[in-house]
Amino acid sequence: MLTIAGLTKRYAGKHAANSDLALDNVDLVVPKGQLMALIGPSGAGKSTLIRCVNRLVEPSAGRVVLDGSEVTGIGGGALRRARRRMGMIFQEYALVERLTVMENVLSGRLGYVGFWASWARRFPAADIAEAFRLLDRVGLLGLADKRADELSGGQRQRVGICRALIQNPGLLLVDEPTASLDPKTSRQIMRLLVELCAERDLAAIVNIHDVALAQMFVPRIVGLRAGRVVFDGAPDALTPDMLTTIYGEEDWSATIRPVDDDSGDDDA
Amino acid sequence: MPITENKLWRRHTPAGSLIRWVGWLLAVALLVQCWDILNENTIWDFVYDAPAQAADLIGRMFPPRWSVLPSLWSPLWDTINMATLGTLLGVLLGTPVAFLAARNTTPSAAFIRPLALTVIVSSRSINALIWALLLVTVLGPGVLAGIVAIGLRSIGFVGKLLYEAIEEVDNKQVEAIEATGATGPQRLIYAIVPQIMPAFAGIVVYRWDINIRESAVLGLVGAGGIGLQLNASVSRLAWPEVTVIFAAILVTVFISEWVSAQVRQRII
Amino acid sequence: MRDVARWSPPPLIRNPWLRYGLYLGGAVYLALAVGTLHINWARLALGLERGWAFVSAFGHPNIVTHWREIEEGFIESLTMTVVATAAGVAISLPVGLGAARNLAPMPVYLLCRGIIAISRTFPEIIVAILFVKMFGFGPLAGVATLAFATIGFMAKLLAEDIEDIDATQMEAIRATGASPMQIINYGVQPQVMARFIGLSVYRLDINFRESAVIGIVGAGGIGATLNTSFERYEFDTAAAILLAIIGIVMATEYASSLIRGRLR
Repeated sequence: MLTIAGLTKRYAGKHAANSDLALDNVDLVVPKGQLMALIGPSGAGKSTLIRCVNRLVEPSAGRVVLDGSEVTGIGGGALRRARRRMGMIFQEYALVERLTVMENVLSGRLGYVGFWASWARRFPAADIAEAFRLLDRVGLLGLADKRADELSGGQRQRVGICRALIQNPGLLLVDEPTASLDPKTSRQIMRLLVELCAERDLAAIVNIHDVALAQMFVPRIVGLRAGRVVFDGAPDALTPDMLTTIYGEEDWSATIRPVDDDSGDDDA
Repeated sequence: MPITENKLWRRHTPAGSLIRWVGWLLAVALLVQCWDILNENTIWDFVYDAPAQAADLIGRMFPPRWSVLPSLWSPLWDTINMATLGTLLGVLLGTPVAFLAARNTTPSAAFIRPLALTVIVSSRSINALIWALLLVTVLGPGVLAGIVAIGLRSIGFVGKLLYEAIEEVDNKQVEAIEATGATGPQRLIYAIVPQIMPAFAGIVVYRWDINIRESAVLGLVGAGGIGLQLNASVSRLAWPEVTVIFAAILVTVFISEWVSAQVRQRII
Repeated sequence: MRDVARWSPPPLIRNPWLRYGLYLGGAVYLALAVGTLHINWARLALGLERGWAFVSAFGHPNIVTHWREIEEGFIESLTMTVVATAAGVAISLPVGLGAARNLAPMPVYLLCRGIIAISRTFPEIIVAILFVKMFGFGPLAGVATLAFATIGFMAKLLAEDIEDIDATQMEAIRATGASPMQIINYGVQPQVMARFIGLSVYRLDINFRESAVIGIVGAGGIGATLNTSFERYEFDTAAAILLAIIGIVMATEYASSLIRGRLR
């Protein structure tokens, strides 16, 4: 599905002179239908990695190959067609707040419709039907004509998920989907993501801060530290030693597989 | 650290104090120099006479000659039209300039952006009255010159405030739309336009309010509206009429200010 | 389940009567307004020729022929700007303090708000007409005009800033037993000073632009020279003056953005 080879990103910033290497020669393969969590401390390059995949951030070196076709090095229409195949879900939802829920969901089809049709909000009937079906699936059908800024955090993230799914992607890029949500909503959103990926046989890369949450829902975990992959395996293989390698020295015994309680963990 | 006896505390460092003193000195010297120039060009006998002149003026202005009021309706209507149509013209021309000038929407930061910024500064530097002076020479006296003058002056105002609003949009929403595979123009209408709409409406109404004031005096240089009447009455020294015209301008200005404040309050 | 194949975004104004009423009203107004334009096409054709002459004059601005007048005009404009800004800002300080609801007693507040309202209501050019009548032709009338406008502008913004300050800081100073002047000096001034200086610089910029205008009614400055050059159709001189105004405004704007940037 997705192959990442030798991906390197160096920010040409004057300010971060010493730590400007955000990604250092990353190799990863994500097979079709696989859910993969990306963990690591802030600044480890998680966000940069998934933004390099859909080229919101331009990689400095390396290749990204999606379904056998190159994503790096293409531009214009080809890049837009590649982006249609990758749905992205954002940390703080990144909905266009002054558009309605329905308009936000339909904006996922922008890669498929022409400018004037999108300007007049004239989407094909099939798209509209799909949008209603998705909203129904995530339980927001009644809110279709509400403005996005009237929704709660969990509702907004559901709209964000619909926007990504209506693209009909093969791969989801999910950037900290739960960082702005309370523990209960976090779990609901993660569960929804897992279910939807299974239903549609989607591969996904999920950046996530919350190690316990990742272990609970995701079958494969990749640990990133200072732009390098330092762990790649099943949740069970994530020992306290391994967490120390990824995050640095700390007492990890309480983090590994906690019982199903709603402890807030480290993100407040 | 032991507290030494007689530790000095100063608000500014000695060098800082010196710079402050030199700064004040220069400012005072400049002011004295300016006053000198002013003194040369002023006939003080007239100035000593000013209180008497003022008393005389007020004496002549009252009682107001209310009988001229009916003849003011038509010029007032022209004044409002000049402001409204001029605002429309300024908005039509200023909006594209704003998009060309904003860092995140300009097609070329090296070439087109400086050009757009120059248009904005030029339009802002030159008062509507000067534009009117120029356009009366070019287009002949009348309402049309006033409309174009107001429009040209409004380009810079609308352009500046709008491009600042565009540069302040939440980039995450833009990124989210970009990630769906949207084209550049689609990104503009789905991610940027919804975000700047409230600012846009506020700017337009605010400028319309200012333009009512400006168009009330454009007649002084022959550009139509109630200013023409004012000019005629002042040059005929018909001060009782001037009072009525002032009153008419004041009422119009108050109403437009009230309307603009109401609209802006609703938007926010 | 709703009709899934059809969807259109909800309109901005939900009541259809109001919505179409507003569209209709707008269309009727536009038709009426454009209808009363009375465009004289023959005059316009003549004007386009002149307009082109003016535009092309920007290619060869002429600052030499009337150098004396231009130089005098600009010096006078700059002088008026500096003096009027200094005087206006100085006077606006007490007025602004008096117009802040959290500092001033009611009668003072109303008086100062009245001054602000009067100063802000009249367009500069009308004030200039009155001052020219009172002081005679010349830059002093211009200084008075600009200072008058500056008072309303600065005092209003100062008063608003003072009303927005953090009241606890002022309370803390009051709690030390400070006198009213000391409270202003220690509890208010540090909170509003930087913005006040920034606004003064901005007003300097505005005053220069206005000083180019009020000369038209005889209040001194470059406006009179500009007016004359238009009346004589000396477009090359007018272009030179306009370019100089734009240049000076750009320079002051750049300087004021630097100053305001350092004050933050």
